[in-house]
Amino acid sequence: MANESINQSRKLFLINFINYLKMSSHKIQNRYYRFSGIRTQLIVTLFAGMLISGLAGCSTSEMAVDTSSAETADQTERDFEKMEEIYWARIDSSKMSFTDADVEFMTGMIGHHAQALIMSDLAPKNNAGPAVQRLAARIINAQKDEIATMQRWLRDRNQPVPVVEIDGLILTISMEMPEEGMDDNMDMEHDTSHGMDHDMSGDEMDHSAMGHHGMDHSNMPGMLTQEQLNELGRLNGEEFDRKFLLYMIDHHQGAVIMSDTLFDTDGAALDEQAFRLAADIKVDQETEIERMKLMLRNMESE
Amino acid sequence: MNKNNTTRYFLHKKYTYGKLWMLLVLASFLGVYSCASSEQMQQQSQSTLTPITEVEIPTPDPRVGLQAGLFDAEETIWNLRLLSTTPPPENFLGVTNSDLAFKGNYAIQGNYNGFMVWDISNPAQPELVIDYLCPASQSDVSVYGDLLFVSGEGLGGRLDCGTEGVQEVASEERLRGIRIFDITDIKNPLYVSNVQTCRGSHTHSVLVDPDDDENVYVYVSGSAPVRPEDELPGCSSALPEDDPNSALFRIEVIQVPLDSPEDAAIVSSPRIFEDLEAPPEHGLSPADIAELEQAKAEGRFVAEFYGRERIIPDRFVTRLLVNIVEERGGTGEPTEADSTLLRERLPDLLAEMTGGNDGEEEQQYGPNQCHDITLYPEVGLAGGACEGYGLLLDISDPAAPVRIDAVADSNFAYWHSATFNNEGDKVLFTDEWGGGSQPKCRAEDPMEWGANAIFSINGGKMNFESYFKLPAPQTPEENCVAHNGSLIPIPDRDIMVQSWYQGGINIFDWTDPANPIEIAYHDRGPIDPNRMQMGGSWSVYWYNGYIVNSEIARGLDVFELTPSDFITQNEIDAANTVTLDYLNAQGQPKFVWPASYALAKAYLDQLERNRELDMMSINSLRSSILRAENANGSRKAELLNELASEIESKASASSNSKKMNKLAETMKNLAAS
Repeated sequence: MANESINQSRKLFLINFINYLKMSSHKIQNRYYRFSGIRTQLIVTLFAGMLISGLAGCSTSEMAVDTSSAETADQTERDFEKMEEIYWARIDSSKMSFTDADVEFMTGMIGHHAQALIMSDLAPKNNAGPAVQRLAARIINAQKDEIATMQRWLRDRNQPVPVVEIDGLILTISMEMPEEGMDDNMDMEHDTSHGMDHDMSGDEMDHSAMGHHGMDHSNMPGMLTQEQLNELGRLNGEEFDRKFLLYMIDHHQGAVIMSDTLFDTDGAALDEQAFRLAADIKVDQETEIERMKLMLRNMESE
Repeated sequence: MNKNNTTRYFLHKKYTYGKLWMLLVLASFLGVYSCASSEQMQQQSQSTLTPITEVEIPTPDPRVGLQAGLFDAEETIWNLRLLSTTPPPENFLGVTNSDLAFKGNYAIQGNYNGFMVWDISNPAQPELVIDYLCPASQSDVSVYGDLLFVSGEGLGGRLDCGTEGVQEVASEERLRGIRIFDITDIKNPLYVSNVQTCRGSHTHSVLVDPDDDENVYVYVSGSAPVRPEDELPGCSSALPEDDPNSALFRIEVIQVPLDSPEDAAIVSSPRIFEDLEAPPEHGLSPADIAELEQAKAEGRFVAEFYGRERIIPDRFVTRLLVNIVEERGGTGEPTEADSTLLRERLPDLLAEMTGGNDGEEEQQYGPNQCHDITLYPEVGLAGGACEGYGLLLDISDPAAPVRIDAVADSNFAYWHSATFNNEGDKVLFTDEWGGGSQPKCRAEDPMEWGANAIFSINGGKMNFESYFKLPAPQTPEENCVAHNGSLIPIPDRDIMVQSWYQGGINIFDWTDPANPIEIAYHDRGPIDPNRMQMGGSWSVYWYNGYIVNSEIARGLDVFELTPSDFITQNEIDAANTVTLDYLNAQGQPKFVWPASYALAKAYLDQLERNRELDMMSINSLRSSILRAENANGSRKAELLNELASEIESKASASSNSKKMNKLAETMKNLAAS
């Protein structure tokens, strides 16, 4: 019996040790989180039509830089003007092929990214190690730019745009409404620091606060609760580093799940920019997850 | 290009140096060089070529503050000549232009709407041969023989090339993978087959196996989401431990039988990432090594796991020692013997723990996919830019690439592509931070982020040498990050032209891998002055004397090098003796320089520039080469062979005897030709 208990304790120890070695085993669950109530409302693109008309009136445009006579220069000028017109028309028409799922992805991801900014902003203040500070600086740089891209994407498509305001650990998101319509919602403001919960199982997203009625980001996968943010805000040095990495791994995995969900929706991510953005977010964050796991393991072995 | 050498030599000297002693060189043409006075000889002994580290560069950088515009943006150019800019045909306008491939006189340019074939026989006026409408992003293109390969990754690509896209998550109309066209008649490409892959094809690389003339191989890269099994049977995004056929953590190799391309199929899916565990830095820093050494000296427990020696924390050592004490039925403090026993057992213990088949354990998979794999079959190597890692692969068996080294870098977000130098002893990786659609060249963006990382290769191991990033800050309205490029065959130097999206293109010298130097550029202002609009250079490659740029929004640019303090006309002429039948930048060709007078003169210019031979000898050799060049019949060969012997005898007097021997070899080959 004594032997058995020794074996038992040895086994426990080994598990503990293995866990230590593999500290950061946060497997990406292939469990999809879904926005509920998606009506795939396709706005049929004018793109194909544009192409056909483009083909019909196609005059092959070859412009050499070297234009010898004034007449040719004039002609060239006119051709460029015409091409420029076609270019912008096509850019505009390419903005017309999107779905609710794309809009919800962008809207949600802005809030998701904003929380990553809050976490990363802590790194220098809370004496993070140089590796974590560098990582945090990178996350701030990358995700700030992506927020701007997503806001522009929404604005271009006449959708409500979440505007992010960060005050220390408090994230406030207000909705900037498009110029036409929806003016009854102009005063919507949602303070996510209140009423947050910690349901990360994420099978269903509470949709009631979505869309035209502002944003509730708390149910998105990987989002920290305000308590967790406050906890992180109190930590310092190595303790901060460890917690930051653990939380950021979860947070990134949430973003990966959100991208996967988008790709798993009929008609979604056909918009070139949406596809690229979601694919980039997915691969960048997956790569960063691996790096953070490695950082955690290295930290534990020191 | 058709000017005779004498004239060009003169012009070149006049342009480049404009120095008095040039009269002397001109005189030497006329055969009066032997009459040079001693005063002239003294002037001649001054070198006129400056080492490239000392050449002055334009300041302030003219790339800063360029006016915006689509077709009328302000431009700046340095040490290059723009021969033409050709906008896309109407039905490709406003749609992203992507990668380039070359065959004969044709440049094939991908576009998210299909591909275009340009006849670039007259680089000042490329002619559109065909614009083939067949949408799919990214439409990266490659050629081999009469075949054209086009990548499809986005969700809207259709088997029938339709423009209406595909709405359903799973659809039998969708194409994600490789499209194969027969371009025997390049004006009428025939769509012969597709190979569908689980993650589509972001890009691909064509591998020509020197030992197999019946097939070519296509390595498919891309990290887009895995397709549902309903759409393409067998596609799984489960972890490999749950499904051995998972599409994750592998690349795909397609075999294309040249006689029957319609039979192209995936032949293997090598998991080149397996057990990959690289440190998050380039390697142990001297400080890390010192720490380990000190720990060992102090008698602490050090063991290797995850491919790296690490110090075992005391709390674990204590517990392991208690185990050993318990095992021998003892109690109390562990003895010296227990310690020794633990030391002996530690490696096995760790191996058992980390390699055990405990179901709870998570395997380490490393990266999930590669973005680009650059194949360099002549040296048997490939550079894989795979998410967080740069891999060096042995590709002697095309269907079974083997990883021989891996590096990771905390400054690198996303390893994008690789370029080897011609010798294959250096490799340059790019970091496409932000995916190419973000402005990562602003003044406040660190120079190590979104940059190139240069490694030397010794004995199959990569050693980090330096970073290199576009030095001119760009606006927030310009997407900018390191992107595609290729070598320019300036003999004996590692010179590369590279795309930086709206940062324009630049050319840099990385012969000294620790100190890369920018030597030429072209840049335009942003497309839109008020907001970021996707544009800029996607790919820029050297092809048979020209530098061809695929501009995302503006079309096709063709440039040529102009002589400068960094590159002489002789070096440019020597580069232009290299001719390729075709080019896919991801299947890197090995440049071979045929023996030519330009090559000999280029070597001499380099010896002068690098102060590797005294000027007296250089000038005398220059004169002798000219004399041989102008001689006739058997006298020519005689002079060349004499020169070869003279150079060989002087080799030891040079600090670069290797180059001297190459020069002598060139003389011999010219004599024999």
